[in-house]
Amino acid sequence: MNNHNYDTASLWRMLTLLIHVLLFLVIVSFMYLILEDHIVSFLNKPKLSVEQLDDIAANRAKGRSQVKNDKWDLVENGIHLRTGLKADENLQLIIGACTSCHSAKIITQNRASREGWKSMIVWMQETQGLVDLGDKESIVLDYLAKNYAPQEMGRRKNLDLAEIEWYILNLDEIEE
Amino acid sequence: MSNTRRKFIQESLLASMAVSLGTNIVYGKNIPFDLQLLGLEDSTSDQFPGKSSLMTVLNDRPINMETPAHLLKDALTPNDLFFVRNNGLVPKNIDIDNWTLTISGESARKTKTYTLKELKSKFENVNYNLTLECGGNGRKEFSPPAKGNQWSTGAVGCAKWTGVRLRDVLKDVGIKSNAVYVAYYGADIHLSGAADKDPISRGVPIKKANEEESMIAWAMNDEDLPLLNGYPLRLVFGGYPASCSGKWLNKILIRDRVHDGQKMNGSAYRIPCKPVSPGATVEDEDMCIIENMPVKSLITFPKTGATIQLSQSLPISGHAWTSSKEIVKVEYSIDFGIQWQESTLSKSANKYAWQNFEAKVKFPQTGYYEVWAKATDSDGNVQAMLLPGWNPKGYLNNACHRIAVKVL
Repeated sequence: MNNHNYDTASLWRMLTLLIHVLLFLVIVSFMYLILEDHIVSFLNKPKLSVEQLDDIAANRAKGRSQVKNDKWDLVENGIHLRTGLKADENLQLIIGACTSCHSAKIITQNRASREGWKSMIVWMQETQGLVDLGDKESIVLDYLAKNYAPQEMGRRKNLDLAEIEWYILNLDEIEE
Repeated sequence: MSNTRRKFIQESLLASMAVSLGTNIVYGKNIPFDLQLLGLEDSTSDQFPGKSSLMTVLNDRPINMETPAHLLKDALTPNDLFFVRNNGLVPKNIDIDNWTLTISGESARKTKTYTLKELKSKFENVNYNLTLECGGNGRKEFSPPAKGNQWSTGAVGCAKWTGVRLRDVLKDVGIKSNAVYVAYYGADIHLSGAADKDPISRGVPIKKANEEESMIAWAMNDEDLPLLNGYPLRLVFGGYPASCSGKWLNKILIRDRVHDGQKMNGSAYRIPCKPVSPGATVEDEDMCIIENMPVKSLITFPKTGATIQLSQSLPISGHAWTSSKEIVKVEYSIDFGIQWQESTLSKSANKYAWQNFEAKVKFPQTGYYEVWAKATDSDGNVQAMLLPGWNPKGYLNNACHRIAVKVL
């Protein structure tokens, strides 16, 4: 009797394991179908072109963004909402070339001359694995130098009064 | 198929599974390959785990966030308000039971590996209040502008750290007499996802590593380190740029030369060896590694923009810190630096802890004012009023903090 019970238990265990394995295989196959583009583009990485960078950037952003497809490239007040970049000629090329590795926020918070932006591209190529942008480089530099040029701030800027939110400080509440 | 490629596919599949199942990877443990850390950010998880929504996000890939000045008012910065400066992607699926720290290098007598448990039980556990500040804090003000995250004033915090002294652990391994530098590696992942690239690997001279307050820490303010601040293990060096304090620490090298890891070379965390004019081009070989951070202070109360009545006096408070022995004086001015009054200053808990200052300010008439603060340390160093020495990467801005006040 004992032996018989033991066999049933182990059969059940094997059956459960089999179901788990099958379930896993189904999920893996399903995910492979969905992810095929990612994988193919990754395998091609050493030969990436600017256009492929664009695909990767777009695919990654799609996975991360809540923006609906019809609002994908919405521009408001001259700002491309999804990335925060200034809407200008060749914006799609900029998004492709510049946001496959890092966030667009590192662009929008920086200011530099054409030479300054060029030196950042060179640094990314020498140390971070950025590909040669070929004839697209001058287009990228034109965009950056025009839209994110430095402003003269002197040795120290005034406090940004436009940004200060004035409020009445209630001192009664904090009296010790 | 190369290992890297296979790893990538495995990671993608697992990450996507986690997303599609809306849960942790139930079968993850049974998956018959060597599971690596998941380097890809996904859209389902809380994007900034353990961090307050009041933080200012400068960058989300990699994550960089700073703390508005008025939220730094606590004597010890709460974990959810402590700034984050990441260079790579945050490691995922951290298994603390199997987390190890390996110490080796040209100047190590042997290679030794410790589990977290061994570190905690084998060495004396210590607590220090240490201030960490990003070398680029204040970069936003430089003109001509400097490249990188445009930090304003909030890439700084002071926490109570719990861990062991780095020197105790190094001694246990054995340091050869030719040791020059102590370098770290962590589990964070390069932005490109490439497994053969380190996002950052820096370190400190052996003398700094051997200081009493130099720590390997696992807790911050009596809690586990926040994930974004290096959970489960990190280095903490007060008084040095925070980039020296490696996060997600799993490897230390005792080196017989100045470390040459990622962000040790070129212009990263370096300033011109000799002073240069604003906007100058400086060759890499003329750039020197930043070691000690300058004297600095921050007004954390009130928040800038306060409006009060002429009859009231305004309490102000904040913190001051230095890489010297201690802060000896914090002064404030309400007339753009003509007259300075001394504030009340607390003693420091230990070297590299920030000290608190406070004062009550009376204004002579109604109008627009700025409250400026400047600290003096025990070496006689004082904060600058204008931007200090311009440098290509915008480091070490210790110009006095300013807040705006209106008196009606």
